[in-house]
Amino acid sequence: MNKLFISPSPHMYEDTTVKRLMFDVVIAMLPALAFSIYFFGMGAIIVTLTAVVSCLAFEWLIQKYMLKQEPSITDGSALVTGILLAFNVPTNLPIWIVIIGSLVAIGIGKMSFGGLGNNPFNPALVGRVFMLISFPVQMTSWPVPTGFNNSYTDAVTGATPLGVMKEGIGAGETVSSIMDKIPSHMELFYGHMGGSMGEIAAIALLLGFGYMLFRKVIKMHIPVSILLTITAFTGILWLINPESNADPVFHLLTGGVMLGAIFMATDYVTSPMSVKGMWIYGIGIGIITVLIRVFGAYPEGVSFAILIMNAFVPLINAYIKPKRFGEEVKNG
Amino acid sequence: MLKTFPKGGVHPAESKYSANSVIEILPLPKTVSIPISQHIGAPSKAIVAKGDKVRVGDKIAESTGFVSTNIHSSVSGTVVKVDDVLDSTGYKRPCVIIDVEGDEWNENIDRSTDLKKEISLTDKEIINKINESGIVGLGGATFPSHVKLSVPDGKKIDVLIINGVECEPYLTSDHRLMLEKAEEMLVGIQILMKALSVNLALIGIENNKPDAIAHLQDLVKSYPGIEVHALKVQYPQGGEKQLIKALINREVPSGGLPLNVGAVVHNVGTAFAVYEAVQKNKPLFERVVTLTGISVKKPSNFMVRIGTPVIDLVEAAGGLPEDTGKIINGGPMMGKSINSLEVPVVKGTSGILIMPVEKSARKKESGCIRCAKCVSVCPQGLEPYLLNRLAQLEKNDKLETGGVMDCIECGSCAYTCPAGLPLLDYIRLGKSRVSKIIRTRKQ
Repeated sequence: MNKLFISPSPHMYEDTTVKRLMFDVVIAMLPALAFSIYFFGMGAIIVTLTAVVSCLAFEWLIQKYMLKQEPSITDGSALVTGILLAFNVPTNLPIWIVIIGSLVAIGIGKMSFGGLGNNPFNPALVGRVFMLISFPVQMTSWPVPTGFNNSYTDAVTGATPLGVMKEGIGAGETVSSIMDKIPSHMELFYGHMGGSMGEIAAIALLLGFGYMLFRKVIKMHIPVSILLTITAFTGILWLINPESNADPVFHLLTGGVMLGAIFMATDYVTSPMSVKGMWIYGIGIGIITVLIRVFGAYPEGVSFAILIMNAFVPLINAYIKPKRFGEEVKNG
Repeated sequence: MLKTFPKGGVHPAESKYSANSVIEILPLPKTVSIPISQHIGAPSKAIVAKGDKVRVGDKIAESTGFVSTNIHSSVSGTVVKVDDVLDSTGYKRPCVIIDVEGDEWNENIDRSTDLKKEISLTDKEIINKINESGIVGLGGATFPSHVKLSVPDGKKIDVLIINGVECEPYLTSDHRLMLEKAEEMLVGIQILMKALSVNLALIGIENNKPDAIAHLQDLVKSYPGIEVHALKVQYPQGGEKQLIKALINREVPSGGLPLNVGAVVHNVGTAFAVYEAVQKNKPLFERVVTLTGISVKKPSNFMVRIGTPVIDLVEAAGGLPEDTGKIINGGPMMGKSINSLEVPVVKGTSGILIMPVEKSARKKESGCIRCAKCVSVCPQGLEPYLLNRLAQLEKNDKLETGGVMDCIECGSCAYTCPAGLPLLDYIRLGKSRVSKIIRTRKQ
């Protein structure tokens, strides 16, 4: 007889692993990646490869030489961070800035807190916001979506629809006249606009969302609560004065709303544990995003909104508990 | 829509390999080791000594309190000794060891197989009979059945719930019993209804046993007050609290008992044992045990005398597979792994599961990624990731307020954890510490 294993129950396990979850997220990001390459050409490939390779390399180097741990880059989490970081920058961003962004994302955003599972803030967003504040010019020059006609370094650039809107409203133009200058809602839906690489095509991001729901990688609560809140908030503003506020569909389809709601805010580590908490977190992100977009200085606020709500997650987890079985007795 | 419990739950692969194996009577063992404590509550006291002759059904250990029960000999023969023997808990426990000689039964036992439908005893007499016959919950918890039937003054029971869920993967002993001993079981349920003075009994069966559901639905037509309900397959639906919620949508309060919501739950195996005890005068000394596993040659269901060593069942099912890595007393979700084939079958043994080596080791551990899967599968609405951490840090106060005592140890959290964390190990540890603290506080 072989030596018998002795252990307490349970004696069987679901075959889900951290690695499988991470690779499912990667698969879910592929449609968005394909759309970015289609619209932005070479730049999208260069930026993505740079971000992925440097995120993996920094994680490996830090684990091996600074923390003296067994490197765990095969778990796929640095790969996810790398792709998300690339998704959050314009495709003509110089390689050296991408590398610095990756170092901040992995080094400060993730490893300084103890690696996967311990970081309070979404690492890719830490990297993005660091780059946005440090290199505001490069981070806000958006190549126009002309596919492979675009060269990487000296791409023709233009403003994002959100930027045009913000500037127009600031200059006292009416929303309807601004709308003539930007792509139609249909074009926005499939991503024919300037913007960060991965955020443009709502349809591709929604495909990824569907895949992740199907594979039970994430629950729907966070994305749905963010999107509903933004729709409701911008809808109210729009109904009050449609000439100085853009319609809710415009808000949903532009900027980082879809990318943020589906891929950034749902990061396991930095989002709440209970369903009730997820709703609070999502509603908070939605409100802060609209506040920044409509009343703030930046045309876009999703990254800041997510980072701000990330900071509240420990508090949410401490006070918002799932309802226990038998806690309040309702019979009948 | 099929009924089920609303919160949490998982659906492991069902793997009911032995579902079509008819219950076989296992040949008599050479010796039996009958533990004198096979139930929750006070251990019984042995009343036989070395050299005593016993018959099948003779009492060999007696109850030492209200929450305790009698133990009967499962064989006829000579008591060799009363000694400590390794049992499924991994500890040595006092057992009565009997060398088997022939198969002579106590003369009071009615050995005929005719169905006896008429219930002649009164409710008090039924409860006494069940107590006398050593019947405990055969679903695995082994709580003495007469205690559950003795409803304290001031409490009102209006429904009896019969657990035919068998939510543990692999196990099929209840399934086979429902198919093969259905009438006896239904009479057993009527006896339990009489003891509790209720007019309604609901049998809950998961939908992966359509044959049992159909068979019983057909039979209950002639048993007024008994209903069969198909339930959606979801683990841990066999948990008392989950089953009550699924069937009658009442929620047993935290720290409370089913009788707080007017219900009493008994297992189908218990109902059958009650029939045999009350109608046939036969104490509990044998039960159906599933012997199964992926590599087992002949996955089987056996009628086994209590005290039979596990090895006898393994041999009868085609021998121990070469790739055996783990032997589990019970199901894969809540069973105990055992380290010897000499361990005796006890009243709570619903199955023996043999796992191949490649499925025996635990999943490789990595860090918690806070995916919240444990929170979403917990049927009790707890936060396993947090309880795990608090137990590691020995924060007993926070464990208690975090509801650790509500944990039913179903293992759904550890089952689902993608990081392979042994969540339930630590939660159990924390739970035992907290329950100790609560006990000392009460004193």
